[in-house]
Order: sequence, then structure tokens, then C-alpha cells
Amino acid sequence: MNRTCNNEEKNKPLTLSQQDYLKGLRRQQNRIRAIRILIFVLFLLLWETAVRAGWIDGFIFSSPSRIVKTFLTMWNDGTILAHTGITLAETLISFALVVLLGVGCAVLLWYSNTLSEILEPYFVILNSLPKSALAPLLIVWLGANLKSIVVSGISVALFGTILNLYTGFREMDPDKIKLIYTLQGTKKDVLLKVILPGTLPLLISVMKVNIGLCLVGVVIGEFIGAREGLGYLIIYGSQVFKLDWVILSIVILCAIAMLLYAVLNLLEKKCMRQRLSR
Amino acid sequence: MKPLLELNHVSYAYHSKNGETAALSDLSFQVFPGEFIAVIGPSGCGKSTLLSLISGLLLPESGTILYTQRHAKEFSGHRRTRLARTDRRQNELLLSDQTNRNSIGYMLQKDHLFEWRTIYRNILLGLEIQHRLDENARARVDKMLKDYGLEPFRDARPSELSGGMRQRAALIRTLAPDPELLLLDEPFSALDYQTRLAVCDDVAAILRRERKTALLVTHDLSEAISMADRILVLTKRPARIRTILTIRFIREEPDGNPSGRSPLEQENPDQTPSGTPPFEGKASDKSPSRLTPFERRGEPEFQEYFHYLWKELNADEQNLQ
Repeated sequence: MNRTCNNEEKNKPLTLSQQDYLKGLRRQQNRIRAIRILIFVLFLLLWETAVRAGWIDGFIFSSPSRIVKTFLTMWNDGTILAHTGITLAETLISFALVVLLGVGCAVLLWYSNTLSEILEPYFVILNSLPKSALAPLLIVWLGANLKSIVVSGISVALFGTILNLYTGFREMDPDKIKLIYTLQGTKKDVLLKVILPGTLPLLISVMKVNIGLCLVGVVIGEFIGAREGLGYLIIYGSQVFKLDWVILSIVILCAIAMLLYAVLNLLEKKCMRQRLSR
Repeated sequence: MKPLLELNHVSYAYHSKNGETAALSDLSFQVFPGEFIAVIGPSGCGKSTLLSLISGLLLPESGTILYTQRHAKEFSGHRRTRLARTDRRQNELLLSDQTNRNSIGYMLQKDHLFEWRTIYRNILLGLEIQHRLDENARARVDKMLKDYGLEPFRDARPSELSGGMRQRAALIRTLAPDPELLLLDEPFSALDYQTRLAVCDDVAAILRRERKTALLVTHDLSEAISMADRILVLTKRPARIRTILTIRFIREEPDGNPSGRSPLEQENPDQTPSGTPPFEGKASDKSPSRLTPFERRGEPEFQEYFHYLWKELNADEQNLQ
């Protein structure tokens, strides 16, 4: 119905009041964007001035110009790219595994009521456990390598993913499920024709939350047992008092988080459009 | 004539931690090929449970449901019979025989068209699930889309259709696997009144054209009278059959004469179900004279049936007073 309405409206010339309304809407959006950028620029200016004027110590607090300088030197010798690449790769691997394992486990739980009832308390405990507590154990068990860092990334995001997806599966309209049975379908048909396609928007929103959590888990892992990666750079930088490194790493982590979120947003838009046009 | 569906002393109860709720108690009746039966009763009396039992989604606690498929053309030459008994093991055996259930279609209250599929792919859902999506089936669906005016919406999303159109699409989805018996569970109750009258005519016309046997569950007396050949009146829960009413309109008789029976003549529900079938006309020779549901609403008999059914439905409460 929405699409037809929009089409009809596109063909009609806009009334003056509608034009005014749209103009106002655009103006408001522009204002919000401008203020956002202004805050960022003011913050950078204040930071830089505070260091130059000697209000705070640049050795501890760094400054925008020092960060840029550090970035350029580390870019030139290739170290920053290596560290960022490793962290990004570890995050993507653990995210892919979280999605696979999460969907798989949620489907299993949905398939067997008995299993889900048996396992429910365990999932609740594992979900609320602070996963950073597990990281030291993982390093001892699995060694200081990529494997334990990926597992650390998975451990942070997995249980929330399973619980969220399972709840979403359970909330599917029982009449839609009954429909499949009235068409002589089996439980497998319910899964493939209703549950999975019907919870695709949920899956994407769960993925949006969890890619950030994977990054958190990976950085925790790198803190404890890594020779490379941004988490390692942060810990090493703080130990040798190179706080420029630490803050640069944090800035890059911010950029990665934003980038990953933007990619998933794009994926979401694409999925929704495909659902509508197929 | 051999009945298509025969229920003998069927009872069913729901079980929960807080106890047992008897839904149906000792139901016996028959449905003959080509017949349109409406089931009415107080709300919550177990009408939907009845349909779930017939479709095989639930198994009766006692009694038998005998389903004889007349045209087993797509599967094998001989007659197939579905028998649901209290013997659980045997039930599972018989119900797992998908070919038997394939010829029962079930239309739910809401259309439940999936927003992530086009109208066409929604309609193919049943065939897809039953792995019967061959050239024949596609051709049949294409023809129905054309016949019933859904062709322009073939690639549309369900949300782009009006309520009536959506219901029509849901009906075609139910008809696509070519069921012989159609179960309709208050299929119009989610629509507004105006759409409802139109869709009611629509569905009646489509069902007559496709020569389907149908069992309609409804709480709307006028809907039942306007569509049915016979009306089954159920009591309050646990539902028993209060009465079975044969609906006849003078204008629908082939020669314009009533067949000598008063319009309010009814079957005795205590009679053994093997009595003479009350419905003798064949679908083919009665269709030309058949009134549409809307036309039936304007006939003098309509009021008579309405008052009679109203009294029957409220008999329980009057007994209590």
C-alpha cells in the first residue's frame, strides 16, 4: 500500500504547504548535521589549544596534531596498517563464526523445546557473565595466538546472539506456523518458509549490535595475549608511556566500529530493498 | 451417495497443567461431495478444534474420522481412505501418509500472506511445500490468477493489495494444491462489513466454480444461511450437535417449487449418521439456479432461518434462566 501511495504522490504536483513542510524538514536535518560537525571541530580545537597553552600535558593527553604526526610515521613504516589489519581480520572472523554458530544454535533450540528448556539457565548465566573474565583462561588454554583472540571475540557476542534470535524465533505468529501445517508442511518447512525469512530483519539488527561486541572481545583478547593488533598496541603503548600510540589506536578503533556499522547498515538497506523488489 | 467425510462419535479435550478442557463431545455427522456445510455455535465452543481434527492437525481422543477421497487421480487409481482412531500408533502411520492429507485445504481467519514473497510466490507456497510444483500445477495457478482478477498483482507485495484481494489470494493459495475438501475457519471475520459481503459472494462463486466441498466455521448466522446447504448448530463447550438444519430457498429449486418439505425441516441429530443424505442435488445441475449469498439475504426464507437459528443458539442461556 505504501508503494502505491508514494507513486501516486510523486505524480501529483506538490501543494505549497507540503513544499513548506518539506523545506522545514530539510532545514532541521541540515541544522542537526551542522551542529554535530561543529561539536567535533570545537572539541579538536579545544584539545589542541589546551595542550599548546599548557593547560594539560601533551605527553599524557596527546593532541590532535601529535596523533596525526604519529599516524603518518606509523603509516610510513607500515606498522599501523599491520596492527589495524590484524584486528579487523580477527573481528571479521569471529563475527562470521558468531553469525553461523548463533543462527545454528538458535535453530537447534527452536527445534527442540526440551533442549531449550534444559539449556536455558546455562545460557542466561553465560550471557550475563563478564566475558573479559574468560580471556586470561583462553590464553592459557589455547595459547597466545589468533585462535584464542578469535574465541575471545566470539565469547563476547555469541550468547546474546543466540538468546536474541531464539526469542525472535519463538515470537513468530503461531498462525503463520499453523498455515504451513495446514498446507501439509513439516517443522522443516516452518523453519525454511516462515521462521528464517520472517526473522531476517531481526537477524540483521542482531548482527549490527554484535559486530561491535566482537570488536570488544577481540581487543580484550589482544590486551592479554597478542604480539600485534590495536589491543596489543594500546597495552604496549601504555607500558612504554607512548600515549600517542594508545590514543591513536583508540581513534582507529572508533573508525573501525563506525565503518563496520556503516557496512551492515548498507547490507540492511540492500536486503530490505531486495525483499521488496524480488 | 457415499459421504466424503464421516465423523463418528468424535471427542476431543485440551490438556493443560490446570486441568482438562473438553472441547468436543461425541460429534457425528457426514459431509457429502459438493456440499457446503456451515458450522455455527457459541464463541469458544470448539468450532476451530473441529476443523483442526478434520484436517489432521489434531487427533481425536476417541471416535473416528473417515475421509474418502473420490478423485485420487494424482496419486493412484484406487480409493484412498484416511482413518483417524484413538490408537496413536496407527494414527501416526496413517497421518504420515501425506497423499491423504493433500486433498484437504484449510483457510485460516487471516490471510497470512508473507510480506517477503510476491502474491504469486505466496500462492505457490502449498505446492512448493508438497513438492508438486510441476508444469500442470503452474498452469492451474496461472489460470486461477487470470480467472479471479489477480493477474495484475502477480508480482505485487501483499501489503499493496486491499483486504478483499488479499483474502482472494489466500483462497487461491488454499486451492492451488487442488484440495477436494475445503475447511474455512471464519475466513471473513478479519474484514470490514462491506468487504465482507463482497468477499463472501466472491468466495462462494469461486468455490462453486471449482466444484469444491466446503466446511465453513463462522459465528455469523447470516453468513452461514447465505452460503450453506446445511447448517450444523453446536452447543456450548463441550460442543455437541444441537441440530442440523437443511437450508432450502424456493427460488433455488429447479422447478421453482418447494420439494414438499417445510423450510425449517431439520435432521434429528440423534439419528444414526448413516441415514439418507439430506443433500441430493449434484453440484453441476444446481449451480445455474443457485442464488449468490447476497441474493439469499433478500429472500423471505432468510429471516425465518435467522430467527430459528437465533433461538437455537440462545437455548442454553434460556434454560439457565
